[in-house]
Amino acid sequence: MDTNKINKIYLQDIEKCYGDKRVLDNIDLSVSTGELCALVGPSGCGKSTLLRLILGQEPPTKGNIIIEGSPVSFPDHNRGIIFQKYSLFPHLSVLENVLLGKRLSSGRWWLPWPKNNEWLDEAMAYLEQVRLSDAINKFPYELSGGMQQRVAIAQALIMKPPVLLMDEPFGALDPDTREDLQLFLLDLWETEKLTIFFITHDLEEACFVGSRLLVLSQYYSDDRGESYNVNRGGKIVADYQLESVVSSTEIKQNTNFKDFISTVREEGFEPRVRQHVRDFNLHHPDSFQTLTAEENRVHN
Amino acid sequence: MKHPMFLGLHAKPPKLLKRLLMLLPFIILISMYLYASHLRLTDNPHDKLLPSISSMLQAINRVAFEEDRRTGEFLLWTDTLSSLTRLLYGVSFAFFTALIISLYMGLYRGIESLLSAFVIFISMVPPLAILPILFISLGVGEIAKIALIFIGTFPILTRDIFLAVKQIPQQQIVKSLTLGASSAAIIYRIILPQILPRAINSVRLVLGGGWLFLIAAEAIASTDGLGYRIFLVRRYLAMDIIIPYVLWITLLGFCFDFLLRKLNFLLFPWSEEKNQ
Repeated sequence: MDTNKINKIYLQDIEKCYGDKRVLDNIDLSVSTGELCALVGPSGCGKSTLLRLILGQEPPTKGNIIIEGSPVSFPDHNRGIIFQKYSLFPHLSVLENVLLGKRLSSGRWWLPWPKNNEWLDEAMAYLEQVRLSDAINKFPYELSGGMQQRVAIAQALIMKPPVLLMDEPFGALDPDTREDLQLFLLDLWETEKLTIFFITHDLEEACFVGSRLLVLSQYYSDDRGESYNVNRGGKIVADYQLESVVSSTEIKQNTNFKDFISTVREEGFEPRVRQHVRDFNLHHPDSFQTLTAEENRVHN
Repeated sequence: MKHPMFLGLHAKPPKLLKRLLMLLPFIILISMYLYASHLRLTDNPHDKLLPSISSMLQAINRVAFEEDRRTGEFLLWTDTLSSLTRLLYGVSFAFFTALIISLYMGLYRGIESLLSAFVIFISMVPPLAILPILFISLGVGEIAKIALIFIGTFPILTRDIFLAVKQIPQQQIVKSLTLGASSAAIIYRIILPQILPRAINSVRLVLGGGWLFLIAAEAIASTDGLGYRIFLVRRYLAMDIIIPYVLWITLLGFCFDFLLRKLNFLLFPWSEEKNQ
């Protein structure tokens, strides 16, 4: 199918159950080339499960997952991944961490570290891009959290994966570093024309970095009345193109952006899911933590 | 606010006091020995139970720097050499076997199911209780002694290293797979280097047990070795040899422990920092 080629990630009617518990329900999604697709949702809505399915750590109970035209079986070099923690290997220096993919995938992993200049140049180019070319001999424990995540980005990019998956990559960072890295990621995405699937629990972050916003939630009201059901799997309840909003890396300073966030928070993404956002806040006061902090800052 | 020097939760002993405190138990032990030895020797100058320092020095001189009349060897050194050879063989075999088995057990669920109960079972067998079986089946030569050290240390090493492998976050394995790694590459380039520091620490822990099994084996059937000598001269109540031998073994153990710790620090600087 041609659409599969254009679509980097193609999820077809995915359902995932653990025993009787349904975690994901009826997920249909296609992420096309060049999108920065941000998936947001409250804790426990199945974000991590969806990520595990896309990575191939677990098979879906029902449905197909197709990455770049080929079905997913196990984790492989077809998708890069950046986790919140443990993204780097503590026993390797920064340069070795970045070179690791080259070495492991070359099939000559048992040889000592190569003095291969092509690889070295490539790694240095990526390290320059993440602004770490002067820290190449340091070990991960010597780096700050933000630097570690930048190394992780270079480490994933050197494999030139068709899709870059990011699982709360900036979740453990302090707000300033976080903002810095969000801008950095947007810059990188624009210049490198990457396809990124970005998972976060922070609505503001999702709106900020995403070119497309997806909300995954187990709280939705498809029928009037009984809107909550314990055994209800997470569903994509909103799918929103943000390209018109996020067009440059200076958007965060823009007052329109703050307005946009508060509109989204107050009214939902579209009339169909307006109810959803209210329910969301009602039942998960912690879900949009950063947003509340931001709001407090404005009020004070 | 003044911190107390020695007692209490908030105590911060100054450097010099720390050194003194460290030495204090040793000084007390030695002076108690000297006093007791003096008491017994004034009572009976031929007493053998608590020999004086000078007679111990004479004994050391005899075993370390004079050829033995019967064999023409320097006893202390030949004993040390043969004991250390056995210990080295036993512990290294145990180390490498444990490393391989625990790597595969920790990474492959199938192998874990196959072996984990068995390894726990083996680790419960008291090694000294099967010493007779070893001597009967393997003979009284070197192999039986090395086997005893192996059986005594290998299960503990395996269990400890296995736990270290299990502690490696699953994310790292997924990450390596997305970097194009084969399972062999993951084992030998990702997991192994990360558990080596912990594995060397495990060796430090089991070395004590290793000495125990070594001396037990030598005491029962041997013609040389530190344990053999101690149990040989026991018949003549030669405390002037036994005590220096025990101190020598302790010193050797202490040195190995120190060297392994230094080795860990030199080879894996990232590991020491990580643990802080």
